[in-house]
Amino acid sequence: MNEMCDISLTVNGERVSERVEARKSLVDFLRDDLTLTGSHVGCEHGVCGACTVRVNGEIVRGCLMLAVQCDGASVETIEGVSDSGEIADLQEAFQKRNALQCGFCTPGMLLTAQDLLSNDQTPSRDHIREHISGNYCRCTGYHAIVDAVESVAQARKGSRK
Amino acid sequence: MKPAPFAYAKARSVEDAIALLAQHGEGAKLLAGGQSLIATLNMRLSAPRILIDLNGIAGLNSITLKGGEVEIGAMTRHAEIERSDVIRKHAPLIAMAMPHIAHPAIRNRGTIGGSIAFADPAAELPACLLALGGLVEIAGPKGKRTVKADDYFKGLYETAIGACDMLTGIRLPAAPAASRYGFAELSRRHGDYAVAGLAASATFASGKLTKVRLAFFGVDLTPVRAKAAEMALAGGDLDKAVAALASDLDPPDDIQENGAVKKHLAGVLLRRVVQQLTETRA
Ligand SMILES: Cc1cc2nc3c(=O)[nH]c(=O)nc-3n(C[C@H](O)[C@H](O)[C@H](O)COP(=O)(O)OP(=O)(O)OC[C@H]3O[C@@H](n4cnc5c(N)ncnc54)[C@H](O)[C@@H]3O)c2cc1C
Ligand code: FES
Ligand code: FES
Repeated sequence: MNEMCDISLTVNGERVSERVEARKSLVDFLRDDLTLTGSHVGCEHGVCGACTVRVNGEIVRGCLMLAVQCDGASVETIEGVSDSGEIADLQEAFQKRNALQCGFCTPGMLLTAQDLLSNDQTPSRDHIREHISGNYCRCTGYHAIVDAVESVAQARKGSRK
Repeated sequence: MKPAPFAYAKARSVEDAIALLAQHGEGAKLLAGGQSLIATLNMRLSAPRILIDLNGIAGLNSITLKGGEVEIGAMTRHAEIERSDVIRKHAPLIAMAMPHIAHPAIRNRGTIGGSIAFADPAAELPACLLALGGLVEIAGPKGKRTVKADDYFKGLYETAIGACDMLTGIRLPAAPAASRYGFAELSRRHGDYAVAGLAASATFASGKLTKVRLAFFGVDLTPVRAKAAEMALAGGDLDKAVAALASDLDPPDDIQENGAVKKHLAGVLLRRVVQQLTETRA
């Protein structure tokens, strides 16, 4: 029991060991301690989705999980999935269809979209909207984002044939 | 904002969590999914001295069908419940409610125990527990006890869980063949807490509803049964049931809506839900 805790985890495939304050959120740890600033911090109470990261393969709110809770976990951020090429097609579609303007919501949006497409290969537009309902975008009006996600779903389906 | 500093302890077992609660008293908080708790800490609405993390306790995330009951462990995540065949088959009301709860990333962490323990008046799962007449399993320094849903909710964010207690699971009656369920809610945006909502269970046979339980949420300080409306429905009179809501419910104004609107919406929800309860099955 302590206000400072030692943790060791994998972040984007690399082993990391650090000493953190118990109150430090996962997203602050990633940004401040590891300088992985691709995950953004908006509301800090779970509403906006800008802080979305993957923990053990599942998307979570980086602001509602403590870094200390990730001891032993595997964490993936937008930097990791960009470098691996996992979401290259989504990134290209977002750019092509103007699915981002300021880009603040984009890392969270991309990870949430990838989560949807890995569980549902042919989502309806309504289902896409529902899945990204926890990710705020103050610029695009969402329409272009739905277009981009839908086009990637179709392209991935085509390439599987 | 950032939370005030706190210490962190990982409970190894239910007994360990209760011992830690007893040791630290008022200054301690149990941490389940953190999807309500960490948000309130970040807003500094609460500043505990220590968080007792339940996430390392084995055996609390199970969904089992046993002796005519569905048992759900406290640390079962919303997402696990959403994917469960046992829930879909034997606790269909819970399956109907799941998609309305927050968003995928939050459902990956949030737990049923946390939701029932937190008892937000506008939350779906506490109302489902009440509509199903389920049981809450609580462990404390003096041992274990079981509390009926009808006796569990005490006031705004207040339940039968004492300061040194922990909720370990809930038990729901498995759905019998003639049972029917209805669920509807009105919210501003998909995944938001409800402005008003209704979870219902009943038996439907030969065109008649019996054993009706209506649990409204978002309309009072706790989820509430509408008992006069239940009686009217058992008497086969929907209009009378809607009218009875005037005496059953007295919604206070809240940040989402004023009480008069909520009362009107309750009638709209009741008509929708009765439709679900009585529609002929394919
Ligand atoms: C943006 C957003 C939208 C949301 N929308 C909804 C919604 O529409 N509907 C809804 O129902 N919920 C919603 N939630 C809340 C979510 O469902 C939470 O997961 C849930 O209310 C609390 O569960 P938890 O496991 O996260 O609990 P925690 O946040 O960890 O804990 C909540 C409280 O319960 C106590 N507690 C937790 N577990 C136990 C236990 N086993 N025994 C005793 N006490 C315990 C904690 O000490 C704390 O006081 C939303 C959350 C966010 C951030
Ligand atoms: S910063 Fe985490 S949801 Fe807004
Ligand atoms: S692009 Fe600016 S918030 Fe979405």
